[in-house]
Amino acid sequence: MNQSGNLPRSGLGSLVLIAAVLGGAAAAFAYTAGWLSPGRLTPERMIVALTPPSGAPLGHRRNHAKGICFTGIFEANGNGVELSKARVFERGAYPALGRFNLGTADPNAVDATVRVRGLGLQIAAADGDEWRMALINPPVFAVSTPQAFHDLLIASGKKDPEAMKIFIQSNPEFAAFATWARTAPWTASYAEEPYHGLNSFIFTDAKGGERAVRWSLLPTAQIVPISQAELEKRGPDFLEQEIVERVRTAGPQRWTMVTTVADPGDPTADPSKPWPEGRRTVQVGTLVVQRIEQERDGPCRDINFDPTVLPKGIRVSDDPFPAARSSVYRKSYDLRAAEAGDYPRTEAARP
Amino acid sequence: MSNTLHRFAPIQRLLHWLMAACIIAMLFIGVGMVSTVAPAYLPLILIHKTLGVTLLALVVIRLALRLHYGAPPLPADLPPAIKLGARLSHLALYGFMIAMPLLGITMLWAAAYPVVLYGGIQIPALLPQSDRAHTLLWNAHFYLGFAFFALVLLHVAAALFHALIRRDGVFGSIALFPLRNTTTPAE
Repeated sequence: MNQSGNLPRSGLGSLVLIAAVLGGAAAAFAYTAGWLSPGRLTPERMIVALTPPSGAPLGHRRNHAKGICFTGIFEANGNGVELSKARVFERGAYPALGRFNLGTADPNAVDATVRVRGLGLQIAAADGDEWRMALINPPVFAVSTPQAFHDLLIASGKKDPEAMKIFIQSNPEFAAFATWARTAPWTASYAEEPYHGLNSFIFTDAKGGERAVRWSLLPTAQIVPISQAELEKRGPDFLEQEIVERVRTAGPQRWTMVTTVADPGDPTADPSKPWPEGRRTVQVGTLVVQRIEQERDGPCRDINFDPTVLPKGIRVSDDPFPAARSSVYRKSYDLRAAEAGDYPRTEAARP
Repeated sequence: MSNTLHRFAPIQRLLHWLMAACIIAMLFIGVGMVSTVAPAYLPLILIHKTLGVTLLALVVIRLALRLHYGAPPLPADLPPAIKLGARLSHLALYGFMIAMPLLGITMLWAAAYPVVLYGGIQIPALLPQSDRAHTLLWNAHFYLGFAFFALVLLHVAAALFHALIRRDGVFGSIALFPLRNTTTPAE
């Protein structure tokens, strides 16, 4: 080896060059990894913002943590074929797997304290394609961008009442959601809720024609409004008990899947902006929920309802939320899979 | 001694540089995509998966070429410790090239994610969902990625050391174009 004192003059310059190449590469790597950009909105930061003061729900989803599994079928009526070449729209029945849930980071939350209810769904087509989605019951999303959602979580977690006022001033789109949350009737059943995708996706038909769409699952069960106070009296886990009992006694529960097609110029990048009334809608099929299973050892536990798992014929639009949700859901999945021991699949035998 | 190799075969050199560019891109895409919620997350992860499977196929071809053509000997005057380091680091590089894509794809299988590549190419799962397997594979893929990057940096440092300081023909044996062992640049 070269003795350090014996390096030729050009050798010294070469060593400096080598050090510069390595240092530059390491710095570029650190920058790409976000280590030099503390302001970057990472999935970790979003999950920190979701974490309640009582601590992370170990072994559970980091949001929509309370839920119950279902299995059933998606009955396509064939009407969707003209909109998208996805096989799942061809007339027929396809296996469906899903999860009713509450929009809270607390798996032990009292049902009547959670305004937003959701539904995660996976539909499997015959060709191996999967379509996953996660829908919620408000008709508009609370905010326009993933950054604003992060800001909302931070502001709503603060004790200072001014924090929400300041948030609403800089995110006026929140008003539509707030109005819904204040005025929309509550129900005492997951079966009586509509579930809206809110995000815009692009459907591609067999001829290559493209259109922006949103979709919803509209309940066929009769909606019986109930006051929040009355729901609270029925118990902390009433919704899960009710859906088990309803399916057991009344049989399968159904939702009609309705896709709404955007007109040119409709806002596709902002799920807080509803499209104008009168847009073309197409009923593409029916979700039939046939069996309810507890989440602990149920089939939905292992599924990340990542809304970017899409069949051929459906792809993301310029809506920034599906990508952000995919990134954060993935992190949430990684965490809860690693913490599976904190949420045993069989009820722990407690003395 | 009549037929001693001085350079790798042209196809080996081409594959080396092609894979080098792809692997460096993969390492940067990997750390970049897991640290963002921006829309770029989706194309980045699609490229990462597609390129990962491609690199797995390429490393198999590369190993076959290596077995067929062999490698030029290291300079006789290289100290034994350095020679050992060179051998071990190359073994480790091959190990990473094989292990990283396998860990990546099995980690997706163990999480019940459909593996869909660019162009809608689907790779069916050969593993069932498993929390424990996913956690093990994910951790291995994640932390070995940083070790891989560190080893790539070491490899680059050694290559530059051979090329600029020792000028012993080692860099020339893998260079894409013939190098002149003088200070004047090739025409």
